[in-house]
Amino acid sequence: MTFYQASFYFFAAVAVASALLVVTRRNPVHSAISLIVTLLSVAGLYLQLQAEFLAAVQIILYIGGVMVLFLFVILLVRLEVTVRQEPFNRQLWIAGFAALVLLAELGVAFYLARGGFSLPAAPPTALQPNTELIGRTLYQNYLLPFEIASLLLLVAMMGAVIMAKQR
Amino acid sequence: MVPTSHYLFLSAALFTIGVIGVLTRRNLIVVLMSIELIFNAVNINLIAFARQLASVDGHVFAIFVITDAAAEAAVGLGILIAFFRNRETINADEIDLLKW
Repeated sequence: MTFYQASFYFFAAVAVASALLVVTRRNPVHSAISLIVTLLSVAGLYLQLQAEFLAAVQIILYIGGVMVLFLFVILLVRLEVTVRQEPFNRQLWIAGFAALVLLAELGVAFYLARGGFSLPAAPPTALQPNTELIGRTLYQNYLLPFEIASLLLLVAMMGAVIMAKQR
Repeated sequence: MVPTSHYLFLSAALFTIGVIGVLTRRNLIVVLMSIELIFNAVNINLIAFARQLASVDGHVFAIFVITDAAAEAAVGLGILIAFFRNRETINADEIDLLKW
């Protein structure tokens, strides 16, 4: 087993284990910490897949931005009530069963189509220099979606401010 | 080398865990966190295929997904704060104003 494979299985195991902790912990703060661990290991997988820019974006924007937002909201709502309540709703078993059926479906589909997914010997420099290539593609081929995304962020920001505003 | 299918299986596992969280948790903050898990599963797929096809387009799509995740988190948490101010609860099964 090469270092590449070993690091893949390490990051994958950490990601799945901490994702399970996210949905099973009773305390939302523990869920948030576990989600940060998941996001970090996914960033490690991005590094493996030669997506250095996205690994940095994942850490700066997701962990530094979104997760801090989550933690602030956890501070604003009262936790001590939540911690004492039942964490799962009444449809736990049927929902879990439906999700496992979904996982089985996805697994069978991927297993049957696995021939198309074998990683070819693409030149290891195909995605390098990563940030420069992403910038070129973003501003040359995807300029309109980029502008729409900026508009979406503006609308989301205004909506969040208006809804959270003290009346 | 790790074949792309391994990344797909990992992403399917993360997606399913996220779906379980969305369907079963009562706390709305944890439901939003599970949605972030689902977004991450999608991103792993996009980037694994970008690596396989040696094309940077998948990375650009992943950037858009991250943008949407940020917008969704901001709006969702704003709604959550507004709701907590009105009803003093953030349990998903107690939010039933529109339910007959």
